[in-house]
Amino acid sequence: MTIDMEQFKVTFLEESLEGLEIMESVLLEMRPGEADAEAIDNIFRAAHSIKGGSATFGLDAIASFTHVVETLLDEVRNGERAVTQEAIVLFLSSVDCIRELLSADQHGEPVDQEHINQVKAGLDKMLGSQQPKLVAAAQQTAAASTADQPGGTGWNIYFKPFPAMLQSGNDVVRMFRELAGLGELQVAVDMDGLPPLSELTPEESHLSWNLSLSGAVDKAAIDEIFEWVDDDCTLEITPLAGTEDSTIAVSNAGEQNPHNDSGLQAVDPADDRRSSEDRRQTDNRRKTSTPESSSIRVGIDKVDALINMVGELVITQSMLGQLGEDFDMSRVEKLKDGLAELERNTRELQESVMRIRMLPISFAFNRFPRMVHDLSAKLNKKIELTMSGEQTELDKTVMEKIGDPLVHLVRNSIDHGIESPAVRRAAGKPETGVVSLNTYHQGGNIVIEITDDGAGLNHEKIFAKAVERGLVGPNDVLSEDKIAELLFQPGFSTADVVSDVSGRGVGMDVVKRNIMALGGGVEVKSVLGEGSTFTIRLPLTLAILDGQLVRVGDQTYIIPLISIVESLLVNKKNVNKIAGKAELYQLRADYLPVIRLYETFGIEPDNRTLDNGLLVVVEGDGKKGGLLVDELLGQQQVVIKSLETNFRRVEGLSGATILGDGTVALIIDVSGVVRLASGDGDHSAGGAVAAA
Amino acid sequence: MDAAKNIAHDIQQGMESDGDQFLTFMLAGEEYGVDILRVQEIKGWDSVTPIPNTPDYIRGVINLRGTIVPIVDLRRRFHLEAVEYGPMTVVIVLRVEDPNTGNSRVMGLVVDAVSDVYNVPEESIKPAPDFGSVVDVDFVKGLATLENAMVIVLDIDRLLNASEMAVVERVAK
Repeated sequence: MTIDMEQFKVTFLEESLEGLEIMESVLLEMRPGEADAEAIDNIFRAAHSIKGGSATFGLDAIASFTHVVETLLDEVRNGERAVTQEAIVLFLSSVDCIRELLSADQHGEPVDQEHINQVKAGLDKMLGSQQPKLVAAAQQTAAASTADQPGGTGWNIYFKPFPAMLQSGNDVVRMFRELAGLGELQVAVDMDGLPPLSELTPEESHLSWNLSLSGAVDKAAIDEIFEWVDDDCTLEITPLAGTEDSTIAVSNAGEQNPHNDSGLQAVDPADDRRSSEDRRQTDNRRKTSTPESSSIRVGIDKVDALINMVGELVITQSMLGQLGEDFDMSRVEKLKDGLAELERNTRELQESVMRIRMLPISFAFNRFPRMVHDLSAKLNKKIELTMSGEQTELDKTVMEKIGDPLVHLVRNSIDHGIESPAVRRAAGKPETGVVSLNTYHQGGNIVIEITDDGAGLNHEKIFAKAVERGLVGPNDVLSEDKIAELLFQPGFSTADVVSDVSGRGVGMDVVKRNIMALGGGVEVKSVLGEGSTFTIRLPLTLAILDGQLVRVGDQTYIIPLISIVESLLVNKKNVNKIAGKAELYQLRADYLPVIRLYETFGIEPDNRTLDNGLLVVVEGDGKKGGLLVDELLGQQQVVIKSLETNFRRVEGLSGATILGDGTVALIIDVSGVVRLASGDGDHSAGGAVAAA
Repeated sequence: MDAAKNIAHDIQQGMESDGDQFLTFMLAGEEYGVDILRVQEIKGWDSVTPIPNTPDYIRGVINLRGTIVPIVDLRRRFHLEAVEYGPMTVVIVLRVEDPNTGNSRVMGLVVDAVSDVYNVPEESIKPAPDFGSVVDVDFVKGLATLENAMVIVLDIDRLLNASEMAVVERVAK
């Protein structure tokens, strides 16, 4: 029988990346000198499964690399080695190396062998050094250190498999053969546990063995042979010449590893929230790099809710079916009830399905602790990262696309916002700067704030730069908010421009464009010397939006409700013209450009006159406009369908949807339409040709 | 829509036999052929939702069982005289592949009428002479002679990608 190993390999890669994620997050929380046993166990477990898996799949480079990491971790776990800052850094680099090796295998990319060799050399060096021993538990440590030496004499091994060990496919003979390969092996079998022949189950193991292995054998080598069964047996390895005191029960995994390697999945879901998040976070990150594999891990509670909902739907459906069997007018009330129920079911089902796509924002946040850690070391700054609202859920597709802009903003906050400790001290601030990520819901949107207590924006300098770049006139008077907005101008996007001012602006136009492409927006508020806050506003999902249906001629369009400010009947005396052409509508203190949708879209309207026309006031990308439409139809939630899938992007449209009658209605991209109407759209010339 | 049904039947048969199969259709009295493996379905003409700011040969989009599919009028695409759509007017829904990216898209082609399904061996397709301004020769794979009729075999990947992408590229510049 041939087994398709590839399918297991995919799982292995996924789990390994998850393991690395866990290692990384635990390592980042670790402080030198205070090794939390549980934390160490977590890392060890992750490294252990990566090593085992990679060996199984013939990824020798990863296996041998991880082996060294694991050996070091084992020493830490056994209390033989203190956790130093150096070790943490080294482990973190190892995580990077393993990740690189894994991804190299996954994508067939070349690896930076030099980097890996370098880290490995560091690991080997640390492994070779006997220095950082814990002073506490000295006796055990001393024993352990001798125990761990490649003893000149050899080892006593007591090995008693649990009855079920053979059922998992482990072969004792093979293990012994490998042991024999390490040195001179003497095997004594203990048959005391053997039941009478009549009660013997051939699939169960009843024997135990006392082995003595002589020769200069590294204990790790023995551990390695037994590592696959250490959950399934009692194993004691003692030095041959050892006394009772130095006996170390190396492994009885039943107690030592309450969750075994694959236990991440086995643990109680209630207290496994964090790790399951980690897992999905990894998923998410991997997805961004490998778009070809797009799966999603969904909490079982969400699937349960969905199943319940479908159950109810089926009941409603059968009820309606029965009604239809012999229907007369007396049962019309029942029919109405049934239809109301159906509507409720459908709505709830839709919501449940949408929730499947929703992931906690922590998926996007999980990379930041590491980034802050690395950057603060690199820049010699002291930075604390605080996060709140990580549980706020966001659509998967939005999450994938918001990752990079977030990284950019956080990096900017650290790089340019937070001052060096000396500067901060001089300014009377604590040496440690704080960067905080805060997420919450607001209306139908999700808001992400990136706040730092750094230097803040120097508005004067930004203004001077903008004048220099020709973005504003030297005599323009701009509010501070407007000046801060200049950062998002393309002209500000080169690195040297703002870095000497405040540093904001490296590719900020790209950040803004990406966020806007998601239908969101970004703002900045800043107080000089006190810090800045970037506020990103995003729609919860890219799949559904609340829309206002409007009619122009025989076409129905959908305007996102979120962009609508108000709708009004045009009062002729509020209409002004500029140069006889551009029409402006005076709405209280504002002057809005009037956008005749039928002109922009080139269709035949009912109404060409502005007087008593219907104007939908919209705001997009900070600009307002009044869209002239023929009729306001209802409001409804619409499912967004991409025009790009089979066609291409069309200026002024953000997509299409299918209405109740099966026809296609186009969704208006408000900022695009405002741009089109103001003449700087992509198709300013080709507009009217369209529906000729 | 009996004609379409017959053709659908022919397609089914065509798939089962060997050789390159082409679905042919009529356009301004000429017979054109497309690779039958690209034909997803044949529909009658129905109203479309026009897409603003696109070339006039893009008639708009339709809802094909939940998918938004753009519809191209081949007469307008080839700058032929426009005609009123009649009961014979059909939309051939095709799967188009982008040779550069390998992405596949679904598009509809409005033609006068569907005609037949032919087995055409590769070697019997002759390179096309220059059609001048009638048909851009870039979109023509070649000419096939069948039972005294000439069929213009179209390269739909180039035709539909070029026609749509051209707009985007121009804008990008």
